[in-house]
Amino acid sequence: MTSLIFRTAAHLLFVPMLVFSIYFLLAGHQTPGGGFVGGLMGGAAFSLQALAFDAAAARRRLRIEPGRMAAAGLLIALMSGAPALFLGKPFLTGIWFKAPLGPLTFDLGTPLVFDIGVYLAVMGVLLTLVFALEEKG
Amino acid sequence: MALAIGICFLAAFCAPFLYRLLPKWTAGLLALVPLAIFAWLTGQAAGVSGGRSLSQIIPWIQSLGLDLAFRLDGLSWFFALLISGIGALVLFYTQGYFSGHPKQGGFLLCIAAFMASMLGVVLADNIILVFVFWELTSFFSYLLIGFSHESGSARQAALQALLVTSLGGLFLLAGLIMLGEIGGSWSISALLEQGGVIRDHTHYLPMLALICVGCFTKSAQVPFHFWLPKAMHAPAPASAYLHSSTMVKAGIYLLARLHPALGGTTEWGVILTAAGVATFLTGAIMALGQHTLKSLLACTTISALGAMTMLLGIGSPSAIQAMIAFVLAHAFYKATLFMVAGSIEHETSGETSIDRLGGLRKAMPFTFAGALLAGLSMGGFPPFFGFVAKESWLHALDGAPWLMATTALGGAAYMLVGLSVGWKPFTGGIPTGLHACEAPWSMRIGPLILGGSGLVLAGFCGPVGHAVVEPATAAIGQPLHAHLRLWSGWNMPLLISLAALVMGGVLFSMHGRLRSKARALIGLARFGPAAACSTVFKGVLGFAAWQTSHLQTGLLRGYIRLIMLTAIVLAGAALIRSGMLEPFEGLAPVSPQLAIVAVLIAVACFATVHSGSRLRSILAMGFVGFGMALLFAFFGAPDLAMTQMVVEALTVLLMALAFHHLPVFRHRSSQRTRNADLVIALGSGLTITLMMLAALAVQPATPVSDYYVENSWKAAHGRNIVNVILVDFRALDTLGEITVLAIAALGASALLKRCAGKGVP
Repeated sequence: MTSLIFRTAAHLLFVPMLVFSIYFLLAGHQTPGGGFVGGLMGGAAFSLQALAFDAAAARRRLRIEPGRMAAAGLLIALMSGAPALFLGKPFLTGIWFKAPLGPLTFDLGTPLVFDIGVYLAVMGVLLTLVFALEEKG
Repeated sequence: MALAIGICFLAAFCAPFLYRLLPKWTAGLLALVPLAIFAWLTGQAAGVSGGRSLSQIIPWIQSLGLDLAFRLDGLSWFFALLISGIGALVLFYTQGYFSGHPKQGGFLLCIAAFMASMLGVVLADNIILVFVFWELTSFFSYLLIGFSHESGSARQAALQALLVTSLGGLFLLAGLIMLGEIGGSWSISALLEQGGVIRDHTHYLPMLALICVGCFTKSAQVPFHFWLPKAMHAPAPASAYLHSSTMVKAGIYLLARLHPALGGTTEWGVILTAAGVATFLTGAIMALGQHTLKSLLACTTISALGAMTMLLGIGSPSAIQAMIAFVLAHAFYKATLFMVAGSIEHETSGETSIDRLGGLRKAMPFTFAGALLAGLSMGGFPPFFGFVAKESWLHALDGAPWLMATTALGGAAYMLVGLSVGWKPFTGGIPTGLHACEAPWSMRIGPLILGGSGLVLAGFCGPVGHAVVEPATAAIGQPLHAHLRLWSGWNMPLLISLAALVMGGVLFSMHGRLRSKARALIGLARFGPAAACSTVFKGVLGFAAWQTSHLQTGLLRGYIRLIMLTAIVLAGAALIRSGMLEPFEGLAPVSPQLAIVAVLIAVACFATVHSGSRLRSILAMGFVGFGMALLFAFFGAPDLAMTQMVVEALTVLLMALAFHHLPVFRHRSSQRTRNADLVIALGSGLTITLMMLAALAVQPATPVSDYYVENSWKAAHGRNIVNVILVDFRALDTLGEITVLAIAALGASALLKRCAGKGVP
């Protein structure tokens, strides 16, 4: 049974923490951040829910099994190396292309996909551990 | 040739499946494979007799000089004929012996695979390849000896055989590697040319000793002979094949094959002759004390192998010729006698003692015929090939009266055993309770053919000598016109043979009384190599148990102490020896903020160790982590600092969750232990620090960071070099890291789920 302050704070902090985690993921290539910190922040968001409420409640919020999330992350990271093979370059070479979106052009590439894979993997791993430990209690 | 071996292996692995389809004819079908090989080999007779050899090389590991090289010259042709011919007959025999047995498929697999491995041993032209096949034969022989694995003694016998031959194999490998290094090549053909160089080398004796140990274990020479009688737990077809005609001959084959390279020196002569004579006599004496058919045959096999080794040791052309002839004779009669023993056992439902067998000639006439032919050949009776072989053996010993006398004694023992197995069970009255019927045709063919060959070959011993023995001796580098003759005039060897026959007959009539005396001698074996072997075995197991109970205490603190201590000692020793301990120059000055953070970290460490509750310790450790994050931030590594902070927060959380269920916090070790732990902890910290400082002093040629700085934006479209390195330049490492993370999570959740049901955290 946790205090009212804690529960309210956890409830309010959930969305900002998730937004922050995605920000770290996307901005990581140019400013401090990256897939690892992003995944940890996302995991922290859900861990906070698990602490404040219940591991079951946090699982419901997550909606996917954390183990599957980790596996999906690994798969995405592996697949991001594949386009390089199709173009005859070594595995995991970064392939970049320009994507126009209105007046802006974005540089999109396979390292971003790789980073997303890392993000999901780290988040999945962390949540597996936290939920398992929390449930044992 | 590689094809032949490959087909054999393929047939072996198909055997169990084939057995499920056609239980009655599988063995017979399988026997077609060695028969085909035999036919092909006979076709090669013309080429081989002319002195030409067939070579086949398949490149394998070029960089190590290892090729799949095969060579068919006189010696390997001779042995390959034996292996394939007797193999075919044994497989026919198996059809009858194991008919209806559920595990026949497995047996066929083992024996066919063994045949293929044995072919590999004799056909290989590369010493490492020989070794690979050698070990394969040990392996399959283990499976065959332990075939009736429900019996504890069979398992033990199989394990003992495996351990002895594999240990010998290790010695052999060492010796072969030395041989390859000294001779400069792994190819046997090349090594045989280098004979002079090899023999004159300073390391000749150790190399010879190692190779001899390997060959002696395989061919059951004293003191490694004790596994062979026990190996009689194998089913009769396996014994007929392995322990009489093929596997135990592998050592003899290798020694003969390496004779041009290693042989001819006094060391060779002394070692081999001494071991040979000792084995010959030991086997003969052991044979006198046995009473089951198969152990009689096993002991005489030991003795025969000793004789072959002795002849190899003598090394003169006539001795080599005698050895080849004896190998041929022995293979034929021993395989026959083993098959006969198996038939008797099969038909009388398990009776194997010669005391309780008799009068079977009416019930098993064909088996009797084969057995008698082989028994007489073994005893060295005149018109048989065994006699021819003994004659040439005695001719080779001409001029060594003691050896000839020893041979006579041994010959008498052979005569005794030959009669005991080939004559006694079939003559005399039928003891009560003994029921037998004739063995099926598949079990009669082998003994009849092989026994009859003993007679036929003697009739044609001239051509046989020319076609078979000469190429073999030529391959060992001792060309000789073969002198195998049935009658060479009244001379010493003939007289000695006759004397041996007479003695043998006398011994046979006194067999019962002789046996008890021989038993007393055998009782001395309690102090012999077999006892030594089991003592060593028990000692090794005991030591392993003691060591495990002391090192693997199950206490985490013991493990950590040991690991830390080992790391400190090894790393520290390396540091001191490399002289890299002038660390305190060229270090950047320490600013006040860093100093404060460092002091705070130290205080937190102290608090971790000295706090009175677990939660306080965890929080203090978290503080250490945050302090490190601050240090990273001071040094301009924002990614690291951020990651460290989040990780530390989550670690504190996880530890708090995990440690919640541990029992009450209390001190578990004495003050003295904790002082020792303090020393170890400080020591490890100090060692790591010194290592880091020493590493700083080592400057690489160009720092790799220059490349990253230059190419991060241009090639990788990123300004955050750390992230670019993680997901682009070194993405493969990151892939590995997240895989490890995933595996760790799997492991942790599996462990946690396991304990979930037990109520214990």
